[in-house]
Amino acid sequence: MAHAFPPDSVGLVIPQILHFSEPLVLANGRQLREYDLVVETYGTLNTAKSNAVLVCHALSGHHHAAGFHSPEDKKPGWWDHYIGPGKAIDTNRFFVVSLNNLGGCHGSTGPQSLNPDTGEPWGADFPSLRVRDWVAAQYRLMQRLGIPQWAAVVGGSLGGMQAMRWSLEYPDAVRHCVVIASAMKLSAQNIAFNETARQAILSDPDFADGHYLKKGTQPTRGLSVARMIGHITYLSDDGMGKKFGRELRSGSFQQGVEEPVEFQIQTYLRHQGNSFSKTFDANTYILMTRALDYFDLAREYNDDPVAAFRHATCKFLVVSFTSDWRFAPERSREIVNALMRAEKDVVYAEIESPFGHDAFLVPNQPRYLGVFGGYMRGISL
Amino acid sequence: MRIDQRIIDQWIKPDSRVLDLGCGDGTLLRYLADHKNVRGYGLEISPQDIEACIAKGVNVIEQNLDQGLQNFDDNSFDTVIMSQTLQTMRYPKTMLAEMTRIGRECIVTIPNFGHWRARLQLLFRGRMPVSDLLPYEWYDTPNIHFCTFRDFEILCRDMHLQVVDKAVVTEKSSGRHLSRWNPNLFGETGIFRVRK
Repeated sequence: MAHAFPPDSVGLVIPQILHFSEPLVLANGRQLREYDLVVETYGTLNTAKSNAVLVCHALSGHHHAAGFHSPEDKKPGWWDHYIGPGKAIDTNRFFVVSLNNLGGCHGSTGPQSLNPDTGEPWGADFPSLRVRDWVAAQYRLMQRLGIPQWAAVVGGSLGGMQAMRWSLEYPDAVRHCVVIASAMKLSAQNIAFNETARQAILSDPDFADGHYLKKGTQPTRGLSVARMIGHITYLSDDGMGKKFGRELRSGSFQQGVEEPVEFQIQTYLRHQGNSFSKTFDANTYILMTRALDYFDLAREYNDDPVAAFRHATCKFLVVSFTSDWRFAPERSREIVNALMRAEKDVVYAEIESPFGHDAFLVPNQPRYLGVFGGYMRGISL
Repeated sequence: MRIDQRIIDQWIKPDSRVLDLGCGDGTLLRYLADHKNVRGYGLEISPQDIEACIAKGVNVIEQNLDQGLQNFDDNSFDTVIMSQTLQTMRYPKTMLAEMTRIGRECIVTIPNFGHWRARLQLLFRGRMPVSDLLPYEWYDTPNIHFCTFRDFEILCRDMHLQVVDKAVVTEKSSGRHLSRWNPNLFGETGIFRVRK
């Protein structure tokens, strides 16, 4: 049965597909002749066009950040706790734009799309992308929507990398840059986790060198393991311990009983992996983890993040979470220190939280809401 | 603004770069930005104060001062301010050295443990002083390194720091006259302008 939407929800949203026919030259030298971006918007663009906020998604995100796709929809968008009337990104004030990035698997042009040259799915032949390619496509989206400048570009994790890239590539088009649980570049350990996840996918026979769509298979086992690896790193040891401990799902350790034992965490992880592998595209997962690995904010600025941030003109909010070991607070402090040395306006908060890297998505964290919402409220339109 | 903040304001040059260590709710930095085009950052760890700074549009950085200031370069600020916070530091001497490394000039505000009322409480009641300005019992006070004005000046001398200016704040007007005569006995809050 249809239910009424909560009063602090943006309610029913309808994604739209925008077609771009001007070729996009990519960082790797190749080009996309044309492409689609699937987009959702929440709130209303004011007459001065000064209230637009771009939300950049993370590794497994997409355009559906808030609201519901139908009255029967049980789950709202992935950042619904923080986007809506009266929420941190207040849709009574802001016009919010959320898209599925290029290379995605939720409606924007990506490995599942047809390669116009062959008429077959791109699969593994889809061009590799870097964060700057996403930002370039987002810039065109901004122009298409008639927005002269973002009030804020906001993102967590990989989304924060896009937000930072925006501040350097299009400084005049960003007034505020909100970087949550992110980093200027991944550590070796981070790349190692991503590589292990990719190898899980590549070693699945159903992956078929990335051409599983043509072959009619789905590398769900590989993608599932990849997601399980990722998921472990998004939670904290403490948080996982509190939630699951050593609770058994089935079986027993009783003397004299030989009954297979399954811990709750095993069931949980497998469930996460399974459901993810049915809704996500393996090639997209590889493409996006690589974009994460390749990102290095200061590479083209002589590896000097201070020199990089000198190009920015916007103000920054940087937020980290104490139990996040995938994008640890130290990574955020590096961003903040570079910004201070570059004499940029910056606010930094380190939120006490047991939720690990996923904390940026988790509701009911008053301090996070206070900092994030407080900063957004201070943005003049 | 508090009286001590008004005095600090007089010592800050327009258009300068300021680092405020323990910036509280950001009142001083907001005022300096609005009236003197002063730019800079405030460091703070109290969540309430950080939110208050954000509401004021002040550049606040969550950072625990006791874990050091290695992330700031030598002489990278015109003025480093520490208002009513030095006595809460684990290593006040190291902190003062760090402040003078980072700032071309430092302004330090300290409560005077040598004030006559504090002395009387210790002398006659035999108890650690508790007052309006220092309202904590010894066992739960954040103020773990008290000093008198004289103590502070001796520390500066030992560290070869120059006290180029000082001011004494006293709430009651009678105390104000007396504190001019003997600040270490009658002054409540001391504000010191220090250079290398």
